[in-house]
Formats: sequence, structure tokens, C-alpha cells
Amino acid sequence: MAVFASLVIFLISNFVPGDPVLAQLGDILASDPAVVAQWRAKWGLDLPLWERYGIFLRGLLHGDLGQSIATRRPVLEDIVQFAPATVELATISFVMALVLGIPLGIAAAIWRDSWIDAVARVLSLVGVSAPTFWLAFIMLAIFYGWLGWAPGPGRLDPIAFPPEGPSGFFLFDTAWAGDWEGFADTLAHLILPAIVLAAATLGLITRTTRAAMLDCLQQDYVRVARAKGLRERVVVLRHALRNALVPVVTLGGLAYANLLTGAVMTETIFAWPGLGRYTFRSAAALDFPAIMGITLVVSATYLLVNLLVDLSYAVLDPRVRR
Amino acid sequence: MALPASRMRRRMRRYGLAWAGAAIVLAWLLVALLAPWISPYPPDAVDVTQRLLLPSAAHWLGTDILGRDVLSRLLHGARISLLAGFSVVLLGAGIGTTIGILAAWLRGWGEEALMRLTDLVLCFPPIILALALAAALGIGTTNTIIAMLVVWWPKYARLARSLALVQRSQEYVEAATVLGLPQKRILFRHVLPNVFGPIAVLCTLDLGIAILTFAGLSFLGLGVVPPAAEWGSMVSEGRELVEQWWVATFPGLAILTVVIGFNFLGDGLRDWLDPKAQR
Repeated sequence: MAVFASLVIFLISNFVPGDPVLAQLGDILASDPAVVAQWRAKWGLDLPLWERYGIFLRGLLHGDLGQSIATRRPVLEDIVQFAPATVELATISFVMALVLGIPLGIAAAIWRDSWIDAVARVLSLVGVSAPTFWLAFIMLAIFYGWLGWAPGPGRLDPIAFPPEGPSGFFLFDTAWAGDWEGFADTLAHLILPAIVLAAATLGLITRTTRAAMLDCLQQDYVRVARAKGLRERVVVLRHALRNALVPVVTLGGLAYANLLTGAVMTETIFAWPGLGRYTFRSAAALDFPAIMGITLVVSATYLLVNLLVDLSYAVLDPRVRR
Repeated sequence: MALPASRMRRRMRRYGLAWAGAAIVLAWLLVALLAPWISPYPPDAVDVTQRLLLPSAAHWLGTDILGRDVLSRLLHGARISLLAGFSVVLLGAGIGTTIGILAAWLRGWGEEALMRLTDLVLCFPPIILALALAAALGIGTTNTIIAMLVVWWPKYARLARSLALVQRSQEYVEAATVLGLPQKRILFRHVLPNVFGPIAVLCTLDLGIAILTFAGLSFLGLGVVPPAAEWGSMVSEGRELVEQWWVATFPGLAILTVVIGFNFLGDGLRDWLDPKAQR
């Protein structure tokens, strides 16, 4: 399916009016036909369509995603360089959304119609409804501009050197090297974008948890558990929650994969050197080799996350194991 | 039988939110309709002597970097945002529903082809596809709407197909077939009205998402052509102005309230149409 997706992007890229030549060379150079022809030949844009797709596929089989027109580097190299920043950011915000969202959803289900249910409802609706780019502006304006509590955009202090770690995850790399100052700096830079990115996911997780818990709390086995005289805590956390987690995991997996792509806005505003910003730049520059590469990687991520979600059902629900 | 008080309260609150949502949506629709008459200034009247003024009696929401009145631009912005949202969702739902019902009716390779096409578009990361298309088609409201449409219709095709498949096996369809009604008539007069409800709910919830996405693309500079007054691009124009917070804050609040309105309304509609989900 991912290969089909690349074919579609490939076809779109060749039938839409936008022209990477113009986007890359600028008006003046592009008005000289000789320069344009030379440039086209250099990037293989003068070959027939099927031949270009063949070249792309052949490269793909060798693990080669082609060369980015804008950065002039192999696309795979770009993606490998930018991915850790996005994965780090997305993982932190996903953890934040889970740690806050699941307990909030449970509480809202147990004390239904209480003030906590109302808070959960309003919070999740605002989280889902707020424009990410605006939320990012508000957070930066308050915590960076006004209060000065948080550092500005970027992954690190502008004068700091990136850690020389093995993974590209700055939190891990700085901790690995014992550079606790760098670790604190990294963490401080992560907090604001992570909150912004987590907002929508938090809303979805809270709503799903609440609905699933309400459903489970009405089941017969919960009544049985209560009738056996089990403590309410055990009933809720062992009996109801475990079953309620199945839809939460399904949605959570999808939400995590979405975070990886949804980082486009957040990364653009926070000058976060990740895949999201790379995607936006590639799209704006009509850098189709890069867009195809990103599409492939993201589609593959979706497939992988779905597989993990399917596998996790077995852990949660013994009936699936057979 | 009288409802217990707690359920009564719950129901009141549920539909209370839905009514609040409807009121918010209606208010914004009115604003969009009446924008030229209720705006205190023309939306693109530049006056550099009046730039970046704090909110005051003369400019309720202040002025932006070119001295344009933020309130007037915000009121006019409702037009573009709502128009874009409605066009994307209604056209997307129209295309998707037609494809879905056709697929359910054709069976065989026709269905296969239509649904594979749907799956194909669905397996794209929507943001990336929309970004690439919007960039490729060029800046402009219509182009952005087209780009969004391409990624928008598949979910409706999926939903409409599954709904139509259920209807297909209903007795009333058999009865209509036995009576010798033409297929086209059965499809449009009998099946379509029966799949309409869930699709309408999806549309309402979707309007918020469409408005958010359009504003997002505009924020990134891929939506409207400047100096058009559009909420996303207004936030973008004010994003560096942390001291002059009003330039970016108010258009963002406008987006937030519209989207919340559609979400409240959609939630209520869903509960109303599907009593099982009511709790």
C-alpha cells in the first residue's frame, strides 16, 4: 500500500501545475531556457514518466529514496537526521496525554455529572477545538515572552552545541554523556511544544477513556465483582479499566501515529528541526523526492503502529490469544 | 413515565450544550452574512499612523501592523472560514456519499475499484497530502479547498457504503424491487434518506475540523492570498508580535469558538440520532 501511495504522489507531482523548476531557480534563472533544460536533465525531469518511476522504485529496493531537490542531499539521510527530534517530541507529548487523559477519563466516568466530569468535558473539547498554531503562540507569548519561565523556540539554547550522542534523542544523549545541564536545557525546550502537541490527543484520550469506562462499569461482571465484596478500587482498576483500555489502545496507537505527522504546525512555530518542519519545507518547495520519501516513511510507521496495537490486544484481552 | 431527576438533568445538560453550539454557529453565520454592514472599518483599510494600537473605544480589538482594524478583519474573516469549511465538507460529503452508495450498489469489480481507490487515498497521511497539493496548486482559497477535497471524501465513501450495505438487505428495498421500481429511484428516494442521518452528524463534527485545517494551511501561507482577511493568516501575521498580543489572540479565539460551536452541535446531534450512545 505504501508503494501505491508513492505512485499516487508521484503521479500528482507530475500532473499539477506547480513546477519545481520555478520554485527552485527563481524567476530570473527560470526565464533562461538553457538553464532550465540543464537543470531538468540534472534531476532527471526530462525522462518519460514511467522511466522516472522505475528509477525511483529501483532505488527504493536498494534502500535509496532519491535525492532531495531542495537540500541536495539523499532523502533518507534527511529523514534519518530529522526523525529523532520528532519522535522525541511526539513521545513526550503522547506520554503527557496518556498520564493526564486516562486518569481524568476514569474520574469523569466514576463521578459522572460531577464537577470533575464537567472539567474533563470542557478540557477535552477545548483541546480538540483549539488551533494548534494559535495555542503555540499563546504559550510562547505567556511563558516565554511575558513570564520568561520557558526558553524560546528551538531544541536547545542557541549557543549550546548539540550533544554528540549515538541516538539523536537529546534527552537520552545528554543523560548518556552525563551532561545534566544539557539535559535540563533539552527538557526545558521540550515542555512548551510538547504541551501544545498534546492538547488535541489529551482531549481524544479523555473522551474515549470516559466512554469506555462508562460502558464497562455497567457490565454484569462489574456487578458480580461488587457483589463478591471486592473493594471498589479493585473493581474499577482491575475489572473495568482493563476492558476499557482496549478502545483506548486502538485510538492511542492511531493518535501516536498522528502526532508524528501532526507535528507540522508545532514544529514550524517552535523552529523544531524535525520531520514536521521538513515536510512543510519540502511541500512549499515542491520537493517531490522528499515528499515521496516522507510519505513512505509515514505510511510504514502507520502500518507498524497498527501491528503493535493488534499485538497489544492479546496482552489486554485473553480471549484474543487463542 | 417520568424520568429520574438525575437523568433529566443529564439530558438537559447534553442538549443544553447542543443548543449553545447551535447558538454559537448561528451567531457566526450571521456575522459572516452581515460583515460589511457591522464592521466599523473596511477590512483592508491601511493606515500606518494607526499601527499596533491597543484595543480601545475606536478600535475594540486594536489594530495590526499595517494599522488595519482587527475587529473588522475578524468579522470579514468569518466569511472565508465558514465558506471554506462548508464547501469542503458539503462537496466532500457529496462526492464521498455518491461513491459509497454506488459501490454498495454495483458490487463486483465496480465496488472493488471504487473502494480500492478510497483505501488508497485513506492510506495517505492527510496533512502531508493536503500540504503537497496546496503547495502544488498554488496559493488561493479555491485551490486550497480543492486540495482539501482530495483528502476529504474517502471517510464519507466508507461510511456511506457501510450504511448502504445495511439498507440494501432491508425488506423495504426488496419490496421496492419486487414492485418493479427502477434502481435509480430506489437508490435516491429510499436508500439515500435512510443513510442521511449519520452522514449529517459526521458533517457537523467535520465542519470544525475543516475550518481548523483551512486556517492551518492559511497560517502556513498556503491558503488565502494576502491581504485577504482570514483568521489563520491573521494569527500568522501576529505570531512575532508577543508584546502586541491582540493581533494574533483574537483571530485564534474566533477559530476556537466556531470549532467549539460545531463540536457541541455535532455531539448533541449524534446523541439525538443514536439513543444508544446517550449517557
